[in-house]
Amino acid sequence: MSRPEQLAPPEIFYNDSESKKYTSSTRVQHIQAKMTLRALELLNLSSTPHFILDIGCGSGLSGEILSEEGHVWCGMDIAPSMLATALDREVEGDLFLADIGSGVPFRPGTFDAAISISVIQWLCNADSSNVDPKWRLMRFFNTLFASLKRGGKFVAQFYPSDDGQIDAILSSAKVAGFQGGLVIDDAESKRNKKYYLVLSAGQSSESL
Amino acid sequence: MKFLTTNFVKCTSKACDSTTDNFPLQFNDCELIQEEQEFKPEFLLNILDRLDWSAVLKVAHDLGNDSLPQALPENVDPEDPDTLALLKDLHSLLLETNITQGEMKCRACEHVYYIKNSIPNFLLPPHLA
Ligand SMILES: [Zn+2]
Repeated sequence: MSRPEQLAPPEIFYNDSESKKYTSSTRVQHIQAKMTLRALELLNLSSTPHFILDIGCGSGLSGEILSEEGHVWCGMDIAPSMLATALDREVEGDLFLADIGSGVPFRPGTFDAAISISVIQWLCNADSSNVDPKWRLMRFFNTLFASLKRGGKFVAQFYPSDDGQIDAILSSAKVAGFQGGLVIDDAESKRNKKYYLVLSAGQSSESL
Repeated sequence: MKFLTTNFVKCTSKACDSTTDNFPLQFNDCELIQEEQEFKPEFLLNILDRLDWSAVLKVAHDLGNDSLPQALPENVDPEDPDTLALLKDLHSLLLETNITQGEMKCRACEHVYYIKNSIPNFLLPPHLA
């Protein structure tokens, strides 16, 4: 099977029928839920309800888990049909139609934390000639860094196509000021291997 | 979009990063609904320090509400009986008030972001991206 990001840009790939197919597939739901719970585990938040950004929230599968955990969230996605499916499912988070490569539109220190499930590899693609993946990666990480509270964490599960993408993502995150690195689950399994970017926006002033 | 979010969302254009006019956005022609939400005092206490109250007042004014207090009490004590009433008012304003349709304009670049079906469109035209 071809990787979706090689077929078409996300807003085109996830059209109405793909969005519904994706969201109603129990296999997808199960995997997305598992990865969201793992991302939350890696965030390691205190029990207080937090304000969280879901990057590439899609139809709200991950957001529903954030709501169940008591958090308040905002989600960004570039695919209108995914967001329409999220509206139909009456998710509790605020939804934004937005391109993460043009920036995270929130003022400094907005969020306690951010998550992203199966999305940030899209940033490495050049869908048209006027798109510069390097510029988009930097814009994304710079604005995300600013939108997080000091010490706020970002955990992103993603599907890198090769080591070059991992390097590009990690180095952009570091230039933006993030600390942290990669966690690989089931590293031995070709099928189940999962990559999680685990980053922190500086040192927290609180937990000291 | 919850009223809460108006206190954090700003213009996404890179050219506006260097101004202070990219926040708060200016709200016009908005339709509002009240939607009941579970009351979570711990969440409100968590974000209280993060609220920009002057932006709350500005946006409330855009939406036709000039009856909010000019300032929040300093050092809110969760144990104080008056605090519960304050948090309930904030809950109703920030989490239960939703903007379903309307416009948000950046005061720096004057770009208008439209809200439809409660979803703001932050896709930028090529000249601002
Ligand atoms: Zn602007």
